[in-house]
Amino acid sequence: MNVVSKMEDLRMFAPWVRIIKGENRREQVNVLLRTLGVPILAFALFLGIWDSAAKSVVTSLGQVPGPSQVLEQAKGLWQEYQAESVKEDKFYERQEKRNAKKLAANPDAKVKWREYRGRTTYPQQILTSLYTVFTGFLLATLIAVPLGILTGLSQTLNNAMNPIIQIFKPVSPLAWLPIVTMVVSAVYVSDDPMFDKSFVTSAITVMLCCMWPTLINTAVGVSSISPDLLNVAKVLRLSWWSKIIKVVLPSAIPMIFTGMRLSLGVGWMVLIAAEMLAQNPGLGKFVWDEFQNGSSNSLGRIMVAVLTIGFIGFLLDWMMLQLQKYFSWDKSAVNR
Amino acid sequence: MSAHLNIDHVSMEFDTPSGKFCALENVNLKIKKGEFVSLIGHSGCGKSTVLNIIAGLYQATKGGVVLDGKEVSEPGPERAVVFQNHSLFPWLSAYENVELAVKQVFKGKKSKAEMKEWIEYNLELVHMSHALHKKPDEISGGMKQRVGIARALAMEPTVLLMDEPFGALDALTRSHLQDSLMEIQRDLKNTVVMITHDVDEAVLLSDRIVMMSNGPAAGVGEILDVALPRPRHRLELADDPMYNKYRADVLRFLHERHAKPDVPASSKVA
Repeated sequence: MNVVSKMEDLRMFAPWVRIIKGENRREQVNVLLRTLGVPILAFALFLGIWDSAAKSVVTSLGQVPGPSQVLEQAKGLWQEYQAESVKEDKFYERQEKRNAKKLAANPDAKVKWREYRGRTTYPQQILTSLYTVFTGFLLATLIAVPLGILTGLSQTLNNAMNPIIQIFKPVSPLAWLPIVTMVVSAVYVSDDPMFDKSFVTSAITVMLCCMWPTLINTAVGVSSISPDLLNVAKVLRLSWWSKIIKVVLPSAIPMIFTGMRLSLGVGWMVLIAAEMLAQNPGLGKFVWDEFQNGSSNSLGRIMVAVLTIGFIGFLLDWMMLQLQKYFSWDKSAVNR
Repeated sequence: MSAHLNIDHVSMEFDTPSGKFCALENVNLKIKKGEFVSLIGHSGCGKSTVLNIIAGLYQATKGGVVLDGKEVSEPGPERAVVFQNHSLFPWLSAYENVELAVKQVFKGKKSKAEMKEWIEYNLELVHMSHALHKKPDEISGGMKQRVGIARALAMEPTVLLMDEPFGALDALTRSHLQDSLMEIQRDLKNTVVMITHDVDEAVLLSDRIVMMSNGPAAGVGEILDVALPRPRHRLELADDPMYNKYRADVLRFLHERHAKPDVPASSKVA
C-alpha cells in the first residue's frame, strides 16, 4: 500500500523519465503540456490581467500595485528582515562584550542580560501567526474529538448537541472577538503572564470557529460504525474504554482527519481577522498596520501578505492531506 | 440428562412505531454437545433473531437460553459469532484481528508466546497462513470470511454461531469454505448453530436441520435428522439417494408447506 502511494507521488516525474527513455516522445510531450503547460499559462494570464487592471485603478494611496510592485515590496520586506537581524546580532555582541568586561573587572558584579527588542519583522510575524493558529487548532481538536466521539455514540447527546452546533457553526470570528477579549481580560489576570493577552484572545477565537468541522465529522464517523463491529466488541466483552480505543476511534479516524483538515483551513482563515482586531503581532496585525500606515508602499505590502496567507494556507492543507493519508486505513476517504 | 444448549420456549417481540411485532413464538430447541445444527427458512422468518438471542445480542421477551446449565444474559466469547459480512476490523491485519480476540479472551491465561502460537494455529486451520499480515481490503471475500471463522474459533467457544457465513460468497468459494469447515469440525467437534438459506449447504454440513415456519410469529416447523455418515464428500453425495431425499424434504418444506407469501417490506425482520 505504501509503495503504491509513493509511486503516485512520483507520477509527476513519469513523463520526464519516459522522454529520456525515448518512449513515445510525442505523447509524453503532450502529457507535459497538459499537466504543466496549462497551469503555467493560466498563471501568466492571471498576472497579465492583474497588471493591466491594477494600472487603471488609482486610490488615495496611489496606484493599485501590479505584480512587479508587489515583488519589489516582498524584496523590501526581506531586506528589512536582514537588516534587523544584523542589528540584533550586533546588539547581543555589544551586550556580551560589555558584560564580559564588567565581570573581568569585578567577578561579583551584577550583569544584566537584556533581550533585543527591535522591530517585528515579516518572517517573525508569519511564525507568530502559525504558532497562534496551531495553538487554536490544537485546543479545538482536544475538545472536538472527545466531544464528537461522545456525540456520535449517543443518539440522545447527538439530538442535544445538534442545535448548539448548528447555531454556533456559522458565527464569524469578528462576532466572537469582543466577547473573548473581555472574558480573557477578566479571567486571565497575572502579574507575569506567560502569554500575551492578544495571543490568548486570537487563539481562543480560532478555536471557537474551527472546532465545528472536527466535531461534526467525528460524530458522523463514530455514529456510522458498522453495527457488526460493535457486536464483535460485545461478543468479546470489551470494556467501555477499550471499545473506544480499539474499535470506535480507529474506525472513525478517516472521518476525524477529514474534519481536522477542514478545521485547520477554517482556523487559518479566521486567524487573520482575529489578529487584526486583537492586535496579535502576526500577519493580521501586519495587514492592519499597513492599512493604518497609509504609505505608498502599503498596498503592495498588503498584497504580499495576501499571497503569503494563500500560500501558507495551501501548504497547511497539503500537510494535513499527507497526515490524513498516513493515518487513514480507508484510502477512499482521502479525497482531494 | 439436560441438553448442552437449551433454547427454551423463546418468544420475541419488537417494538415498532406501528405497535408490537411478534417475530418469534415459542421456539423450543435442544442441542447436544458437538452437534452441527442448521436453521433454514425464508428470509424474514426470524432465523437471525434466534441466533442473536443465543448470542445474547437480543434478549428474548419470553423464555430463555440455557447453556451448560447457565442462563444466557449477555454476549460473550464462549458463544462466538461469525457474521455474514466477515466484520473484520479493516484497520487490522488478519493476524491482528485474531490477536485482538485472543488477547481479550486469554488475558492472563496464556503467555505471549502461547498466544502467538494459538493465533497462528487458528489461522492455519482456515488455511490463511500465507496472508497473516494482509489487511482485509487486500484479500478476497472468501479469505475475509476464513479469517472471521479463525477469529471465532480462536475464542475457543462452547458454541460456534454462524449467521449465513457463506451467503455473500460465490458458489465455488462457498464450497471451498464448506469443505474447510467440515475438516475443522472433524478435528474440533464444536457445537455449531448455523443459519443458512442454502439447502445443499444445510444437508451437507448438518447433523440436524431445523426448518422454520414463516413469520410473523415464526417458530420451529420441522426438524430433520441428517443421518449421512461422515466424512461427507460433495461429489459422492451428489448421486446418493439418501442425500437427495433429505434435500427434497427440505425443499418440499420450504416451497410447498411454507411458500413465501408476499410480506410487506416494513414487517420484515431479518
